[in-house]
Amino acid sequence: VSTLVLAEHEGGSIKAPSVSAVVAAKSLSEDNSISVLLAGSGSSLQEAATHAASCHPSISQVLVADSDRFSYPLAEPWAKLVHLVQQKGGFSHIIAASGSFGKNILPRAAALLDVSPITDVTEISGSHQFVRPIYAGNALCSVRYTGANPCLLTIRSTSFPVPSMPADSKSNVAPISQVDLSAFGEDTICKSRYLKHTSQDSERPDLGNARVVVTGGRGLKNAENFKMMEKLAEKLGAAVGATRAAVDAGFVPNDLQVGQTGKIVAPELYMAFGVSGAIQHLAGMRDSKVIVAVNKDADAPIFQVADYGLVGDLFEVVPELLEKLPEKK
Amino acid sequence: MKIMVAIKRVVDYAVKIRVKSDKTGVETQNVKMSMNPFCEIALEEALRIRESGLASEVVAVSMGPTQCVDTLRTGLAMGADRAIHVDTTAALYPLSVAKLLKALVDVEKPGLLILGKQAIDDDCNQTGQMVAGLLDWPQGTFASKVVLDKEKQVATVEREVDGGLETLCLDLPAVITTDLRLNQPRYATLPNIMKAKSKVIKKFTPQELNVEIKSDLEVVQVTEPPKRKAGVIVSFCGRADRQA
Repeated sequence: VSTLVLAEHEGGSIKAPSVSAVVAAKSLSEDNSISVLLAGSGSSLQEAATHAASCHPSISQVLVADSDRFSYPLAEPWAKLVHLVQQKGGFSHIIAASGSFGKNILPRAAALLDVSPITDVTEISGSHQFVRPIYAGNALCSVRYTGANPCLLTIRSTSFPVPSMPADSKSNVAPISQVDLSAFGEDTICKSRYLKHTSQDSERPDLGNARVVVTGGRGLKNAENFKMMEKLAEKLGAAVGATRAAVDAGFVPNDLQVGQTGKIVAPELYMAFGVSGAIQHLAGMRDSKVIVAVNKDADAPIFQVADYGLVGDLFEVVPELLEKLPEKK
Repeated sequence: MKIMVAIKRVVDYAVKIRVKSDKTGVETQNVKMSMNPFCEIALEEALRIRESGLASEVVAVSMGPTQCVDTLRTGLAMGADRAIHVDTTAALYPLSVAKLLKALVDVEKPGLLILGKQAIDDDCNQTGQMVAGLLDWPQGTFASKVVLDKEKQVATVEREVDGGLETLCLDLPAVITTDLRLNQPRYATLPNIMKAKSKVIKKFTPQELNVEIKSDLEVVQVTEPPKRKAGVIVSFCGRADRQA
């Protein structure tokens, strides 16, 4: 068993979901030889490679593809890169985290390799048997991969938490080697070009990895009221989430959406305010450790999954909560 | 320019699904079936592009058993010009669908292929990316805005990604997969439903398209997810306060 992990990096370090992909790779088999593939250009890539080399003790090598082609994570050159690296490395598995990066690239690479990928794996039952949710998490499907190598997976990072490493585990540093890109050829004129990226700059923790998530739904009524969620999140050191209804109504941008088609979260504490609990929303948060829900409607489906439910007006509850919570230290 | 749209027949999004007691799958007998919501958005986008004069024809494509024709009729009633049904009872995984779509692209030569980003039954989110790879076309997945430039033969696509919105410029022909916020699909009006009855649905078999349907995946079992244990309803804010 040997695995190639497609990793994302930002600001000179490898992203947390990609480390989860390494954890998933480790659970395929104890004697798995794990290679991490990073692509990009310039010094931040080399920094990220150094970080990747020591971010998890079971990584046996870090492969780096340094070229202007990879300045942005476009699917076209990335899929070709995966194909190239696979031809040389002959890996039995290729894994990426199931974010917008992995979902965009991995199926394209699978098509080039003529194999069926498996999306959103939540449990690894054996080296070729996996569990994944279907129908927005209302059923779990256990599938066996019977095709030729490699077996391609995207994994839900919330299902493969990264154990905290003791400080001295840094002793294990994997070797870093550069991918020979000469086979890429000069003729590949890029058919897609990156123009720009817009994001909300936020001091708060990342929604996908936060320990506490405060989510607002349609019940917040407008963007102005939604700011209460942000205040609450600030006091709790939480990330802010939203339902599809709240995003569609324009209260908040799309990247805050939790659900079947948005982010999948599994924090220690999930607090839902004015969220009715459509199955598509529950699909994105049902694995949270503790769920707290506040809703006016006692029959709202959210109460069927909540550990603690409060039937009441969030416009009374949230201000009271804000008042009683201590200031963040 | 011609636009091809792939549409899938799935269990209606409002149906509460039931797992079969023998764990072989999800009950689909006597259950309301509809067009996958993301595919509706894909079709709507194609129709709007045609209505703005940037495309001449919209061809809807579906694959699977005979009943897919009903879904195609819905697509024709929404406004697609004609339809293609690839008739097969074989289990279709995204790789096979992508190969069949590629074969149809070779026949129809569209300038744009639009798909939903995922089907709400298997939640795979793969087909668009795979067919783009097979065709060696650029891809704009999870699109929330599409602007075509006929002169330059490019599509500018705004995509919903983890950290916000990303904008790409794709050379045509290209593959686009749709996210929820791209548009609001229209309803078919009664006159259009009547008109749709006389529109052409061409039938192909996978053999005619020279695609061998093989599968490298095997469903072992389908089960219900573990139930969360019942929680408690608290009556005042103080409790929730301490919990936080």
